[in-house]
Amino acid sequence: MRPDTGNHPGTHPGAAVPAQRGEDASIHNIGYRHYDGPRLGRSYARWSLLVQSLRGAYGLGRSAKSKVLPFILLAVMVLPAGAMVAVTVVTGADELPMRYTDYVLVMQPVIGLYIAAQAPQSVSLDLRFRTVPLYFSRPIERADYVGAKYAAMTAALFLFTSLPLVVLYAGGLLAKLGFADQSTQFLQGLGSTAVFSVLHAGIGLLVAALTPRRGFGVAAVIAVLTIPYFAVTTVQAVAEFQANSATAVTWLGLASPGTLVDGIQSAFLGGDSGFPGFHEPGTAAAAVYALVTLALIAGCWAALMARYRKAGL
Amino acid sequence: MYDPTVARLTYRALLGRRRALILFVLPAVLIAISVAVRLLVGADDAVANQVLGGFALATMVPLIGVIAGTGAIGPEIDDGSIVYLLAKPLKRPTIILTKLTVAVGVTMVFSAVPMLIAGFVLNGNSRQIAVAYAVAAVAASVAYSALFLLLGTVSRQAVVFGLVYALIWEALIGSLVPGARTLSVQQWALALAEKTAPGAGIASDVGLPVAAVLLAAVTVAGAWYAGRKLRTLTLAGEE
Repeated sequence: MRPDTGNHPGTHPGAAVPAQRGEDASIHNIGYRHYDGPRLGRSYARWSLLVQSLRGAYGLGRSAKSKVLPFILLAVMVLPAGAMVAVTVVTGADELPMRYTDYVLVMQPVIGLYIAAQAPQSVSLDLRFRTVPLYFSRPIERADYVGAKYAAMTAALFLFTSLPLVVLYAGGLLAKLGFADQSTQFLQGLGSTAVFSVLHAGIGLLVAALTPRRGFGVAAVIAVLTIPYFAVTTVQAVAEFQANSATAVTWLGLASPGTLVDGIQSAFLGGDSGFPGFHEPGTAAAAVYALVTLALIAGCWAALMARYRKAGL
Repeated sequence: MYDPTVARLTYRALLGRRRALILFVLPAVLIAISVAVRLLVGADDAVANQVLGGFALATMVPLIGVIAGTGAIGPEIDDGSIVYLLAKPLKRPTIILTKLTVAVGVTMVFSAVPMLIAGFVLNGNSRQIAVAYAVAAVAASVAYSALFLLLGTVSRQAVVFGLVYALIWEALIGSLVPGARTLSVQQWALALAEKTAPGAGIASDVGLPVAAVLLAAVTVAGAWYAGRKLRTLTLAGEE
């Protein structure tokens, strides 16, 4: 809609302007136009936020300094896979030294650091510099913001954890370890990393969103991810070797995100259990593992939504 | 070399609001685990070693060290309010020593004391295990605080680098490469524990003289270099 150029107040023909003010005090038409181009709308804004957050999780589009850490961690994550492939090819072994589903669990400290470094980067800065209200001045809703951040963190984490599996898979095929066998295990491995990514992205983002200070957010995320894991593993070891209780070992595994994924991959995805004594959850326990995982993911989502109800306002 | 006002401000920064929460939760988790384990298997020296050495000293103490050590100075450098402190007529080494004292105190209170309680809960201090691990926690908290305070003055990503050291170097690489254990605060502290409670099954890869020298060296060098670093501090903007 264009403004009517001949009708601005200073020269309005019908206005009863006092004669002594008329000439000097006119308001000029400076040609202001309304935006009448295409409006890209809510889904476009959501997609932009997702892409920007995903790139930000690897430092792309940010300063060179912030690219260092994610890529060093990614290299640390992939190197052991490369070494395993090299060993397999050189020695002509008939299987990879480690199952696909185990890789994520063994590399948990590195993944934990990646989440701890990148989750606060994704949400804390927005809260700290009070830019969250600016996002909501665009046509996105609270669910869009939380959804985009969650999806971006999950995708970043999935890339981070599945890249070494791709290296292992390529190596397994090059070493001619059997296509069908390797493919099945590789897909099971990807399933396990997917569950791992969704769960850990939720926990990491939630903890980071509760602490606007970046330094403290990093420590808080790592504490929430590793302390329960080490605590559960310690008590599991005690339950296995002193009390000889396989049921206690499997039920204790519910108490930390790392052991939860371990139980899921051994119960549903054909992996080996990493628990002391290599106990796998039984049918009932396996169902509870799946339920607890789903409940945790849903809980993280609900808590994030609640967190952004009044964020930055 | 100790300024009460700086100390008070640092205490408030460390123990204010949510930061205190995590500092209280970690020892509570340790004591809860100790009670659970005691109920599960009864008093047992090997179990006490596993819980105190494998969990508390390996993960809890470094984590509290990271939070207290970097938290004593990191946020102030981060938000730029350190310039108001530096503009006061205080010597930079005084500021560092005061902050180090506070960080050491906080780390000790939140790691050594729960360690002692957990030791008594686990096996009633049989063979001096509780005392030995409390001594180790005291030694480790001094060295960790100095190390992470230094990191706080050197880098804005201090927490991440502190965690890389504590989790990747000490836990992951230390368990795979035996040589890495020589350069580990945890093993130096364990050497002290080994000496305090001989025959309790505490094993360290480092001899006591070497461990004591390295602990002292890390603490002194860390504090000295942090003081130097504070004299030439440049305040960078947000990345």
